[in-house]
Amino acid sequence: MKRTIFSNQLLPWLLLAPQLIITFVFFLWPAAQAVRQSFLREDAFGTRTSFVGLENFAYLLQSPEYFNSLKVTAIFAVSVTVLSMGMALLLAIAVDRMIRSTRVYTTLLVWPYAVAPAVAGILWWFIFNPTIGIMPYVLAQVGYDWNHISSKTDAMMLVVIASAWKQISYNFLFFLAGLQSIPGSLREAAAIDGAGPVRRFFDITFPLLSPTTFFLLVVNIVYAMFDTFGVIDATTEGGPAQATNIMVYKVYFDGFIGQNIGSSAAQSVVLMILVLILTVVQFRFVEKKVAY
Amino acid sequence: MASITLDNLGKVYPGGTRAVGGVNIDIADGEFIVLVGPSGCGKSTLLRMVAGLESISEGEVRIGDRVVNKVEPADRDIAMVFQNYALYPHMSVRQNLAYGLKNRKTPKDEIEKRVAQASEILQIGPFLDRKPAALSGGQRQRVAMGRAIVREPAAFLFDEPLSNLDAKLRVAMRLEIKELQKRLRTTSLYVTHDQLEAMTLADRLVVLNGGQVEQIGTPLDVYRRPASAFVASFIGSPAMNLISASAVPHLPGTAHAGQIGIRPEDLSVTPDGPIAMNVLAVEELGAQRLVHGKTGGERITITLPSDAPLSDSMNLSFRPDALHLFHKDSGKRMD
Repeated sequence: MKRTIFSNQLLPWLLLAPQLIITFVFFLWPAAQAVRQSFLREDAFGTRTSFVGLENFAYLLQSPEYFNSLKVTAIFAVSVTVLSMGMALLLAIAVDRMIRSTRVYTTLLVWPYAVAPAVAGILWWFIFNPTIGIMPYVLAQVGYDWNHISSKTDAMMLVVIASAWKQISYNFLFFLAGLQSIPGSLREAAAIDGAGPVRRFFDITFPLLSPTTFFLLVVNIVYAMFDTFGVIDATTEGGPAQATNIMVYKVYFDGFIGQNIGSSAAQSVVLMILVLILTVVQFRFVEKKVAY
Repeated sequence: MASITLDNLGKVYPGGTRAVGGVNIDIADGEFIVLVGPSGCGKSTLLRMVAGLESISEGEVRIGDRVVNKVEPADRDIAMVFQNYALYPHMSVRQNLAYGLKNRKTPKDEIEKRVAQASEILQIGPFLDRKPAALSGGQRQRVAMGRAIVREPAAFLFDEPLSNLDAKLRVAMRLEIKELQKRLRTTSLYVTHDQLEAMTLADRLVVLNGGQVEQIGTPLDVYRRPASAFVASFIGSPAMNLISASAVPHLPGTAHAGQIGIRPEDLSVTPDGPIAMNVLAVEELGAQRLVHGKTGGERITITLPSDAPLSDSMNLSFRPDALHLFHKDSGKRMD
């Protein structure tokens, strides 16, 4: 590690200032506000604010809507993670097997990552639109009546597909890099050792990919839980009947639409604690346990 | 155990690049054959074609009496030792050794027996429960060989197995491989770019150049009667002196010769010798010294005993039968 000694005491602070200011204004300050507000309650007209202790949290834990949101979030996060990682791994294996045009396919497959979540949401909202979309038309041909406006399952499938689609690119890049760092001679040795392609994948390739897989698992859960706000907002807005109201969307909906700032802040604090736990898991296990 | 026959074997890559062409080698049962040549001569491609890791574009590979051109690597009854060892990093040494047997549905007690045998032969017993990352280079090399011998295959294929080891360990492992092969009598095909390794290990060596076989023979045959100027320059250290024939016009029988070769040890210092050499540099090897010099614009090297007197210019002589003449067009040996 190289150490630089500044003779001027001010200069290092000036150099750090932009990052520090951004972190403070957009992260630390709002986070502190959320923690503070989670202990407060405003009256309906916003004229009086009183300290209520842990009442907001107690109310949350008794609220069936909040437990519904927890359940929806769990289903959503697991589905998005499994779908996007599964698809990404399949694509990465396919591209890894290619000798030529690897770069072309890689570039093309990375494009969806550049699409903003809200745009991705609208894109899939159009594709699956029950009146004008192409997919409901196709599904109708095989006898499935798609309607994500009235069907809870369809709505969940729509947001899962839209969210997973965006994340496939990211997972694909990591899986491909992971696959390409496995020496070809290992797979050749396994081939000579009498393992067929499927056997080779499960005995050699997949175990050697485990650090990548675990890293992506955490990243994808975090993505599904926190970064998918745009997708939900542009497609289902949490509906129908709370079926896609994941925790991060509920924070926004209860706070900004429902104007229940106290409860919304308490939910934010719960989310912050979840991020904290995931971060600890990430560092503890990725660094140490998942190695060979 | 089996013989291996390469019959007019060739490899053409899509796009038309020819890596190997017209290779004929008959390997007897139990024989140790070394493929040697400079990098890019096609020796690894040839080995991988025998292993089944590279498709065969021309000719045939036969192991025993069976043509194996279309046979999967696993079904060719061969074992391969890779340059980087290719040990499975997430498996213990024991699992590494057992993996090939497990895939072939070998009974458990049989696997245990063979792993115990192999680990005794290679003295890797104490490491059986370690992961490859916890082993030294030489130990990994042993495990890689162990993985080959537990399978009791018809043939061993070695792809530059010693090139990742340091010089001292390389010499030790070379001897171990030789002893192991003599003991197991398993047909072996060994690829290296190191001519010393080739000379010391081979029953017969195959010198390759540009995807073609230059010469097949026992190490001494190849050393004594190199079939071409290329083989002459490649086999032997220090390399054979090759002098353009036009530099010595008075020599009889050299009308069609392009190059004349003589081994450094076949030159001797005599006061009235016909070759006058100006000494440029001396390399001390301990038991002997290499004297590098120039005669008539040609570089020349001689080996002398370490106590031989040195001077700035020396007169050299040679026995006429020590000369090797190579044809000026083909570069092939002329007698």
